[in-house]
Amino acid sequence: MDLAKQDKDIVVVTTDARGSVTLDAFAKELPAQFVELGIAEQNAVGVGAGLASAGKKTFVCGPACFYVARSLEQVKVDVAYSENPVKILGVSGGVSYGSLGFSHHSLHDIAVLRTFPRMHIVLPCDIFQTKRLVYELVNYRYPVYIRVGRNAVPNVYESENVEFRIGRANLLLDGNDLTIIGTGETVHHCLQAGIKLHSQGIKARVIDMHTLKPFDSGIVKNAALDTGRIITVEEHSIFGGLGSSVAEIVSQVHPVPLRILGIPDEFPVHGTPLQIFKHYGIDTDGIFEAALNFVDLTTRGSTPQTATGF
Amino acid sequence: MSRVKLDEIKRLQLQAEKVRKRVVEIIFSSRSGHIGGALSSVDMETALYFNIMNVDPANPKYEDRDRFILSKGHSVETLYSVLAAAGFIDDEILNSYGHFGSKLAGHPTNKIPGVELNSGALGHGLSVGVGLAIAAKMDRKLYHTFVLMGDGEQDEGSIYEAAMAASHYRLNNLVAIIDRNELQISGKTEDVMSLEPMRQRWEAFGWEVCDIDGNHMEAIVDAFESLDYTNAKPKLIIAHTTKGCGISFMEKIAKWHHGAPTEDQFVEAIAEIDERINSLNEQLNESRSYKYDSLPESVYKHTFGSGKTG
Repeated sequence: MDLAKQDKDIVVVTTDARGSVTLDAFAKELPAQFVELGIAEQNAVGVGAGLASAGKKTFVCGPACFYVARSLEQVKVDVAYSENPVKILGVSGGVSYGSLGFSHHSLHDIAVLRTFPRMHIVLPCDIFQTKRLVYELVNYRYPVYIRVGRNAVPNVYESENVEFRIGRANLLLDGNDLTIIGTGETVHHCLQAGIKLHSQGIKARVIDMHTLKPFDSGIVKNAALDTGRIITVEEHSIFGGLGSSVAEIVSQVHPVPLRILGIPDEFPVHGTPLQIFKHYGIDTDGIFEAALNFVDLTTRGSTPQTATGF
Repeated sequence: MSRVKLDEIKRLQLQAEKVRKRVVEIIFSSRSGHIGGALSSVDMETALYFNIMNVDPANPKYEDRDRFILSKGHSVETLYSVLAAAGFIDDEILNSYGHFGSKLAGHPTNKIPGVELNSGALGHGLSVGVGLAIAAKMDRKLYHTFVLMGDGEQDEGSIYEAAMAASHYRLNNLVAIIDRNELQISGKTEDVMSLEPMRQRWEAFGWEVCDIDGNHMEAIVDAFESLDYTNAKPKLIIAHTTKGCGISFMEKIAKWHHGAPTEDQFVEAIAEIDERINSLNEQLNESRSYKYDSLPESVYKHTFGSGKTG
C-alpha cells in the first residue's frame, strides 16, 4: 500500500475478496486505485488484462482456487497469451482453507500454469519474502501468478532484506548427503527437518524454490551432482508441480533417486492445514522421517517406494 | 445529405468492398477461414478504422488512441484486411494468412500492429474493454474503447459479468457492438439458445442500446456519430447484419460460418465484388468532376475523421 500511495499506476482488482486478502484499508484509502468487481473472477482477470494493457500496474487479488479454475481461460488468453503483465495474487492457496473442502483447495495451479508460455509462478514462504516479492513485481514486465497462504506462518527469513531474485532459488542450509527442496509454506518445514537431520549427522541441503517458473535448473543440477538424492515437498498435487519440475531436470541431466512429497491423487482429508500437512507427511516430522527412510534405502542401494504407490 | 458526406459514405463503401475482396482472397488462398461472420462485420470495421476511430497506423501504440477489440476473434480475416488497408501492416503479409509459419494466426494476436488483444476464446473481449475503459477514466483520457462481439458469442456468461461492471462503473466511454447476423455454427441463434429480447436484456443491464443495419454504411456512421457520450451509460449497438454479406450465394447460410469457396465460387464471388467496386469508383469519379467537391483528403479527414465527441 505504501508503494501504491507513491505510484498512482498501481491498481488492485478484486472479487468480493477484501476480507480474504485484507484489502479493506487499501479500498478505503486509495479508492481511485481499487476496482471491485463482485463475485466474477472471469471478468476480474479480463478487466485486469485491460488495465495492464493500458499501462496500469495491476494486481488481481482473490482466492487462488477460483482464479486458476474459474478464470483459467482468461489467465491463459487475456494475460499469458496476450502478454499483459497482470499480477495474479492467489490467496489461501493449496489447502489453506483446510476443511472447507476440495472446491476451495488449489492443488493444481502450478501444474496448469507452468504450461502457459510467459507465465511466471512464485510461491513465497513467509511475510518477508512476500513483501519483498511485491516490491519486485510492481514493475515486472511479465505476467505472474503469486500463490500465498491464508494463515500466519513461521518466518523462514529474518527480514525483508534477504536476497530475492525471481527465477533464482535460495539456499537455506548446505550439506552433501541429500537435498530437500520446498516451495511456499512447505519451506519452513523443509528447513526444520533439515536442521533436525543435521543434528542426527545427516548433512541435508535445503533449498527454497520460491519461483516455479522460470525454474532454477542450475541449483537442481548441482544438488543432484553434489548430494545424489533429492526430496521435493509441495502443498500441491504430486503431479505436475515442484516434484515434476525437478524430475524433468534430473532425469535428463543427471538422474538420481528422487522422492516427491505432496498431496497424492485423492481428495484431501478434512482438517486444519497443519493436520492435512501432517496426514500427508509434508510437515517437519513427515519430511524428517521420509528423509531418514530415503537415505537408508538409497544407501543400501534399493529403490525407494514412490509416494503414489504406483 | 450533403455531397461531401455522400462522397465520404461512398468512399467508405468502396473501402469496405476492397476489404471484402481481400477477405475472400485470403480465405480462398488459405483454404480455410470463418468467412460468413468475417463478411458480416466488414462494413462496421471499415467504418471504425476509416472514419470513426482515432488511430495512427504509423504509431499503433500511441497512448491516446481509440481501442478496438475483436472479441469475435474468428472474424480475424476482416481485421487483418482492414489493418492492411489502413496501413498498419503490409498488404503483402496478408497473402501469408493460413500458410505455415505465417505471422497471422487464425485468431487475432497482438504481435500484429494494431491488434490490442489476443482473442479467439469467446466472451473475453468485453471484460478487457471494461478494463481499458476504467483505465481511461483513471487517467482522465478521452479515448474510447470499441468491442465487437458476435451474436452466437452472447451465449457466454462472462459477457454479463462485464456488462454489469460496465454500468456499475458508468463506463460511457465503452461502446460494444453485436454483429447480429442471427446465425451461429449450428444454425439459427434462436434455435441454439434464444438471445431475444436482446435489446431489453441489455437495457436492463443499464446500457444505452440502439439497433441499426450493420451492413448499411450510412446507418453505421450515423450510429457511431450520434452516440451520446454525455450520459453515464455504456453504449451497445446491435448491428443487424447478413452473414456472408456481399456474396449472394453465401448470404444467410449457416454452413458458410466456416469454409473456403471452391475455385468457381471464388471467381463468382470476386466478380460480384468487382462489379460493386467499379460502380462505386465510377460514382466517385463522377462526383470528383464537380469543382467544388475536389477537396483534398485532409479536408475529408478533418470533416469526418473523428465523428465522436469527447
